[in-house]
Amino acid sequence: MTKLTDLTIAGARDGLNNSDFSATELAEAYIQAIDAGGDLNAYITATPDVALDRARASDDRRAKDAPLGAMDGIPIAMKDLFCTEGVLTTAGSHILDGFVPPYESTVSANLRSAGAVMLGKTNLDEFAMGSANITSYFGPVKNPWKAQSGPLVGKDLVPGGSSGGSAAAVAGGLAMAATGTDTGGSIRQPASFCGIVGLKPTYGRCSRWGVVAFASSLDQAGPMTRTVQDAAIMLGAMAGHDPKDSTSAPVAVPDFEAALNGDVKGLTIGVPKEYKMDAMDPEIQALWDQGIAWLQAAGCTIKEVSLPHTKYALAAYYIVAPAEASANLARYDGVRYGLRVAGDSLDDMYMNTRGEGFGDEVQRRILIGTYALSSGYYDAYYIKAQKVRTLIANDFKTAFEKVDAILTPTAPSAAFALGERQDDPLAMYLNDVFTVPTSLAGLPGISLPAGLNGAGLPLGLQVIGRAFDEATVLNVAGALETAACFHALPGTDKGAAS
Amino acid sequence: MSLDKDTVKNIAYLARIRVADDKLEPMAGELSSIMDWIEQLQELDTEGVEPMASPVAVDLPQRKDAVTDGNCQDAVLKNAPDSEDSFFAVPKVVE
Repeated sequence: MTKLTDLTIAGARDGLNNSDFSATELAEAYIQAIDAGGDLNAYITATPDVALDRARASDDRRAKDAPLGAMDGIPIAMKDLFCTEGVLTTAGSHILDGFVPPYESTVSANLRSAGAVMLGKTNLDEFAMGSANITSYFGPVKNPWKAQSGPLVGKDLVPGGSSGGSAAAVAGGLAMAATGTDTGGSIRQPASFCGIVGLKPTYGRCSRWGVVAFASSLDQAGPMTRTVQDAAIMLGAMAGHDPKDSTSAPVAVPDFEAALNGDVKGLTIGVPKEYKMDAMDPEIQALWDQGIAWLQAAGCTIKEVSLPHTKYALAAYYIVAPAEASANLARYDGVRYGLRVAGDSLDDMYMNTRGEGFGDEVQRRILIGTYALSSGYYDAYYIKAQKVRTLIANDFKTAFEKVDAILTPTAPSAAFALGERQDDPLAMYLNDVFTVPTSLAGLPGISLPAGLNGAGLPLGLQVIGRAFDEATVLNVAGALETAACFHALPGTDKGAAS
Repeated sequence: MSLDKDTVKNIAYLARIRVADDKLEPMAGELSSIMDWIEQLQELDTEGVEPMASPVAVDLPQRKDAVTDGNCQDAVLKNAPDSEDSFFAVPKVVE
């Protein structure tokens, strides 16, 4: 039998239904794996007691033939950006020191109602700001994958970010699935670096209530899983209209799993010419070409599309997101929760608390945002960036008049070494060049593992869809997954076993 | 360099973040390189383009003006670094 910690959600669901094992046994297997896998630093807080309580409750429901949720007994990890009642919530920051929320985020509550078993809270870049999970106050996360050849052999690699702990946990066998959040690529890029599936739903599909805010017009929660089918199952359990989030969309949640039929015949897939970068890594280009060929073979029509404002997306994002962050993070004032560093006056206390509580990258972004919103610069930077955002959204609108989905690489490279690009914020921002435009437009995007590079590290392809058409996104991703036949697993320390 | 040391000091004050004096210069360098790179947005003609504040076009929903929550003072204060007699406590603000 497959190891319990290698199972997919769908596989575990079958096993639980057939009484091959109990939810408690599943939870225990993961609790042991988390204990043994501490080196990855994937979790900030493990919650074995919560997990065992919920697993036993799930087993009781099964024993009593009570109604079961879509994820009953499935052990998952929660990105430590979701507020969880009675469980430490840090956002990867020193400034939230000791914060134990008295309430539960809507998404984590939805998952709990669906029967999911929370294993713990995963590490992340501080306030979800980063692309390598190196800005966490709780230390960097290691990617469970190791290079098999080339200059990266023997080095610890980054898992991507900001949902790096979630991605490393799912890839490294420390959670069957995990929640992530994506503001400019924070689900998709780490999924690509760790060889798993990561889905950023349409803005408004999942409630943001109770999720520590970074950039409110961009933040969106989504599933990080081992297969496309698992992503469909988990998204269904997470999504839904929530009156507590005024931007949550009052639209019905389709049965994503049922809609996943593998039939993509007749779909038109767009390939944006502006995504072919001048200095594109040839292995990334080859994978992209392979993806195009797979979809053609599956009966899709391929069409070149133009997204002419792509090259301005990152610059617009690095005004819009920091501006919103500077406003959102104003709440950390040392008064109501978290860290307080004493000062002679109230102002002094604010400045000391925020100077000590926020890490370098978060400070940089708050300062950029404050500058962009300050009088005299507001129109030149903030309004300008919002106008460029309109142009980018319009690019996608025009493209989606001709195509049903768009195929691109997820990230411009595979995972890089811990410590690399650390001192150059701009080089780090380029990680999200393929994911940021979708975020600005609020569209759904998925990353799925499609192959290994020459060094034996996973590479992801991204499928982008129309607003609220996650069903097509999942279906196209499913067709690619079938063709790619990606079954490689990272063997921590042992290297990849294919 | 588009942002000098004094500008950074002023923004840091606006954002209520204490940046040590010896870190102002390197911070000014980093922020300047980011802002210089963002300057490329000025190449685009955005005359007449509507600024996009949110990807959702729907009107903000309204609910009945009614009390839906409350009576949870202890829960509200539980995470406060300092509280007194059911209030958040801060350093003295009036002389």
